[in-house]
Amino acid sequence: MRIGVVTFPGSLDDRDAQRAIRLAGAEPVALWHGDHDLAGVDALVLPGGFSYGDYLRCGAIASLSPIMTEVIDAANKGMPVLGICNGFQMLAEAHLVEGGLIRNERGTFICRDQKLRVENTSTAWTSAFEPGQEIVIPLKNGEGGFVASRETLARLEGEGQVVFRYLETNPNGSLNDIAGVSNARGNVVGLMPHPEHAVEPGFGPDTAVAMRSGVDGLAFFASVIERTLVGA
Amino acid sequence: MPTIVVEVMPKAELLDPQGKAVAGALARLGKSRFSGVRVGKRFEITVDGPADDAALADAQSIAEEILSNSVIEDVISVHYAGVDGFGSSAEADFETGNVTEDQQRIDAGSAAEHSRTENR
Repeated sequence: MRIGVVTFPGSLDDRDAQRAIRLAGAEPVALWHGDHDLAGVDALVLPGGFSYGDYLRCGAIASLSPIMTEVIDAANKGMPVLGICNGFQMLAEAHLVEGGLIRNERGTFICRDQKLRVENTSTAWTSAFEPGQEIVIPLKNGEGGFVASRETLARLEGEGQVVFRYLETNPNGSLNDIAGVSNARGNVVGLMPHPEHAVEPGFGPDTAVAMRSGVDGLAFFASVIERTLVGA
Repeated sequence: MPTIVVEVMPKAELLDPQGKAVAGALARLGKSRFSGVRVGKRFEITVDGPADDAALADAQSIAEEILSNSVIEDVISVHYAGVDGFGSSAEADFETGNVTEDQQRIDAGSAAEHSRTENR
């Protein structure tokens, strides 16, 4: 299985995403924002960072990149696409998921290990989780407040498109404590926290067992790998 | 060369943390007359060629599709900046439609701007 990771000007976590994909057992493929080529990958990750310095709006200019033509086309045809943090903002700007992200409620950049609940395990990126499973992965953003109109919010909740919810604390003022959502089909998932930073013992969040031993992020990538194997 | 001004504001019903932070600073400085601040964006776009309706319509669509995100923001105004009086005084800005304080003022500004365009 080959999973593409698109690098944009200002991407920071593209290499981490590639490493996470490798640790999960798939082959990462580096893709470039300026190309019109997905190199025949089976799935895509839009990584975190500060593409174009967050100018205009976070993810807005990146969502207009050449490669996004192919990304949007592939997503609409059912290819699994995961948007992490800035990648989530790009998905929202490209209208691949509904809603938008605004500056954190308290105005500060937040960097912490964040507890989440997996609300939907039928998406391409969450099928390896147990329904309602609680996980901890790092959260680090300045503009992660999820907002949507009342109607959109009701639809997302009603259709099970709320995939992740913040637990214990709502770090950024997101409506309904929403940390991540999917499109209607469930192949496109975007979230603010970073699964790619919780994939290797010694480098993840602290757990009750040992410091930095959290690897809850692996299941994101295991989900999409498993799905492809079953499909093949 | 003509300039088109596009103004974008965060949706009124959404929290504007940036405005809130500025308002907090004003309060700390004792500027108690100013109780609320909202921060938006102003784009000044240089147009090659005449200041015609086609360019304005094009700018309107760019404003709605690229310069703003309708989920979180509203386009407040898309208009030609007045060549004379631009930014020189509040009154001149109102006349040329550069200030979008309220709808009445905008309407008055547009009217002035139209007559100005015809005189050009």
